[in-house]
Amino acid sequence: MTVYLPIAELSVNILIILGMGAAVGFLSGMFGVGGGFLITPLLIFYNIPPVVAVATGANQVVASSISGAITHFRRGTLDMKLGSVLLVGGLAGATVGVWIFSWLRRLGQLDLFISILYVVLLGTIGALMLQESLRAMRKAKQNQQLPLRRPGQHNWVHRLPLKMRFKKSKIYLSAIPVVGLGFCIGILTSIMGVGGGFIMVPAMIYLLRIPTSVVVGTSLFQIIFVTAYTTMVQAVTNYSVDIVLATILMVAGVIGAQYGVRVGQKLRGEQLRALLGLLVLAVGLRLAVGLVVTPDDIYSVAVGGLSY
Amino acid sequence: MRLFPRLFAVCGLAALSLAPALALPVAAQLPGEASTVKEGLEIGVSSNEIAITSDFRGADLTIFGAIANADELLLAIGQYDVVVTLEGPRDYATVRKKERVLGIWMNTESMTFQQVPESYSIASTRQIDDLEQGPSFNSVGVGLEHLPLDPVGYIRNSGVISEFRDSYRRLKLGSGLYQRDTSGVRFVSSSLFRASLRLPANIPDGQHMVRAYLFKSGALISQRETPLRVVKTGLEQAISDAAHNRPFAYGFLCVLIAVVTGWGASLIFRKD
Repeated sequence: MTVYLPIAELSVNILIILGMGAAVGFLSGMFGVGGGFLITPLLIFYNIPPVVAVATGANQVVASSISGAITHFRRGTLDMKLGSVLLVGGLAGATVGVWIFSWLRRLGQLDLFISILYVVLLGTIGALMLQESLRAMRKAKQNQQLPLRRPGQHNWVHRLPLKMRFKKSKIYLSAIPVVGLGFCIGILTSIMGVGGGFIMVPAMIYLLRIPTSVVVGTSLFQIIFVTAYTTMVQAVTNYSVDIVLATILMVAGVIGAQYGVRVGQKLRGEQLRALLGLLVLAVGLRLAVGLVVTPDDIYSVAVGGLSY
Repeated sequence: MRLFPRLFAVCGLAALSLAPALALPVAAQLPGEASTVKEGLEIGVSSNEIAITSDFRGADLTIFGAIANADELLLAIGQYDVVVTLEGPRDYATVRKKERVLGIWMNTESMTFQQVPESYSIASTRQIDDLEQGPSFNSVGVGLEHLPLDPVGYIRNSGVISEFRDSYRRLKLGSGLYQRDTSGVRFVSSSLFRASLRLPANIPDGQHMVRAYLFKSGALISQRETPLRVVKTGLEQAISDAAHNRPFAYGFLCVLIAVVTGWGASLIFRKD
């Protein structure tokens, strides 16, 4: 059963796309991640042009973040003020990111750049996750209490000016690192098609010392708006959002996520993180192989546009 | 010899039902000029617009034409050759070359060609290379080997131009957008010919041009062209048009679908 993707300009098997969306949705529900960093490489493996994969990935993350953000909003674990400050940086970052994206595309280096970014990011995150979870598993075996990795001492971040009070998070923090973090994540959103939660959450906890309880909800709040904005900008500047592909992925994804959440609640945290770490590493490795393997044809043709 | 050229133009597109035949008016010849009059060429296509649905898998386009005032002797010994081409809309095309840099394959060199047809099908009575005898092929740019491929900007190392040109042709032939059929033109009677051109599945939409060339002993003596509009129809095309012509509305719709899907899921699967 094939369906024609009007923007990617190729016919794909709808069952494969549905399966991809459901599997990534399942994983994102299980691990509490957006799934953008898995869906974009998978689409690239399935020969979707990286330009389309990234823009469509950002669109898909909008859907997967919304249901999570709503849940956190109902529970009161969402800091609107903190989220809004993050968002200011995020929107600026996404704007710069799309500009870099278009520039790399004109240079003919976009595909390479996306792959390298993914290899570096997935490799680092996957290795860290695996290492951390293996250590936790070893400790658990020895019946040792894990040291709490949240020392109360302040770091350089807390000496910056422009301090703001975030009531919900019960924190008094400079706006500079918050905007800066949002900015960096915004760039990643538009170049890689990810929400960036897998970087933002650890950065908020370890770097900004924001209470863990509000971190996930607040990051999701920011992700919704940055990915929605990125979708708009990509649609306007690069015409690369595939609405058919995005819709199939979103519908399969939100359903898969529901089952993922249920399974995730039954598994133990360390095992879950080790599994995710392995998966992330595998995806990164597969992309790395693509970079070094001799291509079938060293020449390629692109129609339209001037590129000096 | 007095030949009354009758023109048949049949567009035999598999996906479409077409008018069977069409007779076109022919320029009247003055009597007494039969011996000195130049050979003429006429072609026609029954429709100047082709609508292609999104499940289009390629088809053959048949064009009928006739040679007027042909010298029967030359015709009999095969001195007349007909070449029919279908050129797609023109645009810039960039060829990029990958090289291994620090172990990674990356695009290093590129060359952009000016206004080359996105698609190009050619049918001829004989192999173009056999036909080639004079400079006329290059001057009119008939055939894949003679398609003008002019690089944009200053090229420092002019030696690589031919390398990029060859790669361009090879890639285009490989993708099916460029096609050649050295036996695509057949004479159905002494002066009436039928040309079959392949329309690739990924044919670009827009203004195409059917061109027919008549060669006598390798020299171009007559040339005709007629436009052919390729219009893609169907939902997929409507989506693609919307994405390019109304990007704001399109992007907004994409976001809206995502919001509705995400929100809907949280309503349906709400665990209270």
